[in-house]
Amino acid sequence: MELNFKDSKQSVLQGNEACAKGAIYAGCRFFAGYPITPSTEIIELLSRDLQQVGGAFIQMEDEIASACAIIGARWGGKKAMTATSGPGYTLMQEAIGYAAVTETPVVIVNVQRGGPSTGQPTLSSQQDIYQARYGSHGDYEIIVLAPSSVQEMYDFTVRAFELSEQFRTPVILLADEVVGHMREKITLEGGFKNIPGGRRKQVVSPQADFYQGEKSLVEGQLHDESGKRIGHMAKDSGEFIYNINKKITDNIDLITDIETYFLEDADIAIVAYGSVARPAHKAIKLARGIRDERIRTKFKFLKTVFRKGVPAAINTDYSHLKVGLIKINTVWPFPEDELKRLAKDIDLVIVPEMNMGKYCREVERVLKDKKVISMPKCGGDIHTPSELLDRILKEVGVNE
Amino acid sequence: MNKLYEKYIKTDLLPTLFCPGCGNGIVQIAAIKAIDKLGIQDEMACVSGIGCSSWIPCYFKMDVMHTMHGRALPFAEGLKLARPDKKVMVFTGDGDCLAIGGNHLLHAARRNIDLTVILINNYIYGMTGGQKSPSTPEGAVTKTSPYGAADIPLDGCELAMAVGATYVARWTTAHPIQLEKAIEEGLTHKGFSFIEVLTQCPVQAGQKVYGFKDPAEIMNMYKETTYVYKEGMEIPKGKTRIGLLKHDEDTTEYIDRIEARLESQGIKRG
Repeated sequence: MELNFKDSKQSVLQGNEACAKGAIYAGCRFFAGYPITPSTEIIELLSRDLQQVGGAFIQMEDEIASACAIIGARWGGKKAMTATSGPGYTLMQEAIGYAAVTETPVVIVNVQRGGPSTGQPTLSSQQDIYQARYGSHGDYEIIVLAPSSVQEMYDFTVRAFELSEQFRTPVILLADEVVGHMREKITLEGGFKNIPGGRRKQVVSPQADFYQGEKSLVEGQLHDESGKRIGHMAKDSGEFIYNINKKITDNIDLITDIETYFLEDADIAIVAYGSVARPAHKAIKLARGIRDERIRTKFKFLKTVFRKGVPAAINTDYSHLKVGLIKINTVWPFPEDELKRLAKDIDLVIVPEMNMGKYCREVERVLKDKKVISMPKCGGDIHTPSELLDRILKEVGVNE
Repeated sequence: MNKLYEKYIKTDLLPTLFCPGCGNGIVQIAAIKAIDKLGIQDEMACVSGIGCSSWIPCYFKMDVMHTMHGRALPFAEGLKLARPDKKVMVFTGDGDCLAIGGNHLLHAARRNIDLTVILINNYIYGMTGGQKSPSTPEGAVTKTSPYGAADIPLDGCELAMAVGATYVARWTTAHPIQLEKAIEEGLTHKGFSFIEVLTQCPVQAGQKVYGFKDPAEIMNMYKETTYVYKEGMEIPKGKTRIGLLKHDEDTTEYIDRIEARLESQGIKRG
């Protein structure tokens, strides 16, 4: 269902639909995939739309084949993407390593569901946060974006294509079932944050696609510039690995995208990414006593949201609670320096995640001198604003 | 040096990593001759998987993708769909194509996508040091079948024909001229072409698998244990049929079928 507003660039879309539309807008002209819940809407929509813009679509026999086909298509000169979830993402790992070593720009969407194994096909999680970073064997760096809204599903898909070409690397769009399936109003083709020119500079020079007379050798073994294998030579191989890692770690500033809310005077911060940034944002507004008119008028609705009752904070002014939000959009490479800078005056950091508390370890590693609290949540439900607020109140010793 | 080698081989990458007596060189030159005859060096690309035979195209002066174990076909399908106007040739081995990549062979063949696949079958995993493959004869002693392989071997050509390949041929390294002609036909054929080459790995298989150690003797054995079918002939027992096994020019190729569907539905392409 697409509700079109008068302005044709505004619509109400599902997150997965927005991702598919973003891909076409970004110039994606090849999609290979395999249906899997909760990412299936992406393959469905692109099977219909991609061929209408001159692109090619193929439903492969499995996710391994899908990830391989997009790499093949990219060398054929078509920007390419695949989308999957859970077990499908696990199957794609070897090809992600191949794309990293051959410096092939492709976009892989993982609409996370609960795991391990078949896990929870219809419910959400952020359990693949480490797999997105470390999934394939060997040492490589990768860029991972975590959208938290339908608008970001669209914008970050476009950004993922830009980054993949800029760095000649696979880029993962790490969504989850919540953002994949929610419907929101979005602005198409115009909702992008302004990316300064410097951040668009080509980090790895473009390589000729096939059939340009270049006679390239695309090689999965570690290789020199001509494609000649060097995997049996320790010194050259060491340099190769160093280089494919450094091209990303040396340019973190060109990649990093962190949004902050109410952080200026804050001494408590929630660090969140992906869909969990949504309840975190709401919790901060509640803690700050910001009365959203909708909250008053939709009191009945709130009773269902806050299952254990409406927290006192909604009717109490806690504006003395100086809580801010650090929302990390580019979860990998880990934006160490930027996080350190932003959290300079923060005493207490809370990291809510829909997993057993993985990303929190990175935050703890970087913010050694702060009190860092992990708020893991598994099972498929996203954190509620009241849960987060209650935790903040508990930590600062305020009784409801 | 052969003039064709200078035209088609990146000489700075030599020597090849093939062992003395390996059959891959014969397949390599047969492919080069076929490509040269068709004059399509700049109009095609090669894709290969992992294993000794997958190194064959890596020395070519051509666009080449040396991919993952078993996955050459999906890479090739993506490349073909991105550039339907160009030809794609796939080099793969018996382990690469029939074991880890078996599923992809099945689906690429059933789609009848326009690829030319060369299956180099030496009945062994050579690169890892001589373990049994899906085509290893029953009873053969290898590093992973010390008591003799109990598995029933798989015939790649039979499989390809059963699942819809539209051009299927089998030759051996003892038939280089015929092999070259088959590769030429495969490259010309519009649809999924599958050409199996029975080849020798004297180093890792040899006596225990073929009954002979010497490469020339193994090739002689191939001559003696194979036959080319002629209309009405009596099928010799215990011999492998070689030659052209299937040539179906009536089944429409995959990308043509996609375009026909779009056209019939009035979908404009871009």
